[in-house]
Amino acid sequence: MSTATLAPANDHEHHGPPRGMRRWLMSTNHKDIGTMYLIFALVMLFLGGASAMLIRAELFMPGLQLLEPDLYNNLVTNHALIMIFGAVMPAAAGLANWMIPLMIGAPDMALPRMNNLSFWILPAAATMLMLSFVVPFFPGGGSQINTGWTLYPPLSLQVGMSMDFLIFAIHLLGISSVLASINIIVTIFNMRAPGMNLMQMPIFVWTWLVTAFLLILVVPVLAGGVTMLLFDRHFGTSFFNAAGGGDPVLFQHLFWFFGHPEVYVLILPSFGVLASIIPTFARKPLFGYKSLVGSMIAIMFIGMVVWAHHQYTIGMSLAAVSYFMIGTIIISIPVGLMVFNYIATMWRGSMTFETPMLFAVAILLMFSFGGLTGIMLAVVPADMQYHDSMFVVAHFHYVLLPGAVFGLFAGVFYWLPKWTGNMYDERLAKIFFWINVIGFNLTFFPQHFLGLAGMPRRIIDYNIMFTEFNMVSSVGAMIFGLSHLLLLYIIIKTIRGGKPASARVWEGANGLEWELPSPPPFHSWTTAPQIK
Amino acid sequence: MTTAEHGHHDYYIPDASPWPIIAMLSVFLLLCGTALAINDVGFGIWLVVIGLIMLSVMFFGWFGDVVKENLTDCYNAQVDRSFRQGMLWFIASEVFFFISFFGALFYIRNIALPWLGGVGYLGATNELLYNQFTAQWPSAGPDNVGGGFTPMGAWGIPAMNTLILLTSGATVTWAHWGLKINSHRQLVAGLGATIALGLLFVILQAWEYSHAYHELNLTLNSGVYGSTFYMLTGFHGFHVTMGAIMLMAIMVRAMKGHFSPHNHFAFEAVAWYWHFVDVVWLGLFVFVYWL
Repeated sequence: MSTATLAPANDHEHHGPPRGMRRWLMSTNHKDIGTMYLIFALVMLFLGGASAMLIRAELFMPGLQLLEPDLYNNLVTNHALIMIFGAVMPAAAGLANWMIPLMIGAPDMALPRMNNLSFWILPAAATMLMLSFVVPFFPGGGSQINTGWTLYPPLSLQVGMSMDFLIFAIHLLGISSVLASINIIVTIFNMRAPGMNLMQMPIFVWTWLVTAFLLILVVPVLAGGVTMLLFDRHFGTSFFNAAGGGDPVLFQHLFWFFGHPEVYVLILPSFGVLASIIPTFARKPLFGYKSLVGSMIAIMFIGMVVWAHHQYTIGMSLAAVSYFMIGTIIISIPVGLMVFNYIATMWRGSMTFETPMLFAVAILLMFSFGGLTGIMLAVVPADMQYHDSMFVVAHFHYVLLPGAVFGLFAGVFYWLPKWTGNMYDERLAKIFFWINVIGFNLTFFPQHFLGLAGMPRRIIDYNIMFTEFNMVSSVGAMIFGLSHLLLLYIIIKTIRGGKPASARVWEGANGLEWELPSPPPFHSWTTAPQIK
Repeated sequence: MTTAEHGHHDYYIPDASPWPIIAMLSVFLLLCGTALAINDVGFGIWLVVIGLIMLSVMFFGWFGDVVKENLTDCYNAQVDRSFRQGMLWFIASEVFFFISFFGALFYIRNIALPWLGGVGYLGATNELLYNQFTAQWPSAGPDNVGGGFTPMGAWGIPAMNTLILLTSGATVTWAHWGLKINSHRQLVAGLGATIALGLLFVILQAWEYSHAYHELNLTLNSGVYGSTFYMLTGFHGFHVTMGAIMLMAIMVRAMKGHFSPHNHFAFEAVAWYWHFVDVVWLGLFVFVYWL
């Protein structure tokens, strides 16, 4: 590393981290806030994972074993909300907080206090989410949330008080995402080191720029939708009530106008992580930088106008479903382009397979598989068969686990030495990778067959003909779920010690973040680096 | 950004601040309290009150810190740009919040109601459930939820309110001109006029609501017309009220002499916000009242 790029004495040099709780509760430091985001996401990952394991334990055999139907449905709801809003988005935001200022040569995020607010709203929202789960167990607490995370009326109009807690939790999550997105966009536009233009930024920064745009555009629409739900529930409006001239389907449109771009919100940051990892371990520059940027922007625009492919069975006109089908299939072009760019980056590289790279290769394989089943689901007549079956569950877990979660794991392994100053245990990490990936495939691959054979999703009990595949899936889920204890162990072990990491950490790594020592100083780039 | 500018004055990173966590606690109490209160749990309202008090203290404290930092010259031009861009993107998110309600209005008028009236692909709903219903706007739906009502006309108070808000947009710009030529009098007078017009708007809107409830039988429960009418105008009225409060804060600061022709981000942010509620109102006037 070049110490010359580090600042000589200046105003901020003598500000070390504040002591004790103050450092965390009142933080204005992008690294500390990033760390809190990541720890919060890890806690939520275990919470969401535990609910998934309960679901799979119940589905091990036909019949009711562990859970009541309403509790089962509530767990399905919570699993989705916790994983999406509690685990994946905060983890991606944690990476953004940590890495964007390092990558663009900024001293911190543009609006440091607001940054802390975006984080601290999350524990409040998670608490409200937990309250929505707990309230029905109290006398007068009403029924459990049995709608799934999509909260479709009229069912969501009939749930008790817990739905109101959930609606407000979604408002809080929305405020947090919008504030974080504003901060990220402003940081990227206004805080780049002198001389770094937009087309010189690392792809990870680009993916977050696009993600933040999407969030600012779609999250307020979800907030509006659940606000209408709240008013229909308590103040006598008729937005989703046909007797008053409204339409329950309207909520589906509002929800999926948010929900479909949300898929890209979850996936894009992880794809950005891949753009950092693959060139490093292939020891070749990234292939097709401009086309990656173009693909992302195309995904952003097209992704916002194809939402109704989640609702083919509601009875839209032929013209409408045809439009949504064609739009959806067109998205596979830019997405495929991104995948091919990554493959071309690896082509004839001197590849080594450290854990981040193992994850990267696995992601390209498994995400592409999920993409292919996505094209099956995009085709209207075929979707009429697959709709609301376990095939859909298998599809989106193949997209979201490799596409989002594994990308985050890869990023954590890739940057953990930079964050902590210690190398992680490569042998354990590889063991984690293999158990994790095998467990994942064991869990979700059989669900394709279950769905094609006609097993509906979100149902606690099933026909005995589905038993064998469900047993395989449940065993896989236990392996997959428990493997994350190993992840936790590896992370804790790395934080507590290990082989010291050099500034560059990886032999082939390029980018500003590797110019700073590992771990980086409390204030990252107190003097902006010069970009050549 | 030039290097000279940067070297001269570093980007300001504030010290540890208690306000974000107080903000979190206050919205948490506010929302938990609301969830309890609307389900008739008695102590909920107290949480709402505590939450609101904390929220106001937080705004005073947080913005107070920012003002102090600005007056002690902590900020350079780059920090100023961060604030400006942040405000613009905040307004963009607000625009999309309103788009969800306008979208609901368009969907109901152009898709949902014709279906209920028997047109098109889903006409069967009409045949099987609501045989006598003919789609029209305004509508309280096939069951005439909320009873018969008279829709709100466009050319009474709403047209006057349009005029008031447009005028207030002009007065706030006049105040800005005053600020630019360093005319303290013009700045304060312009702000005062804008606040007065804003409050007049809110009062007329309240009077219109009372008229609708008592004489037109147009309530929040009047089917989908009442729902969209009150949600759109209500959220807009809420934003005007917020905007007026922000203008008052800006006027106090203007009277204290906080702004100079080159350093007045807060004034401009509030002015942008005010123009934003202005534009939303034009949409409301055309699509909710007029057409």
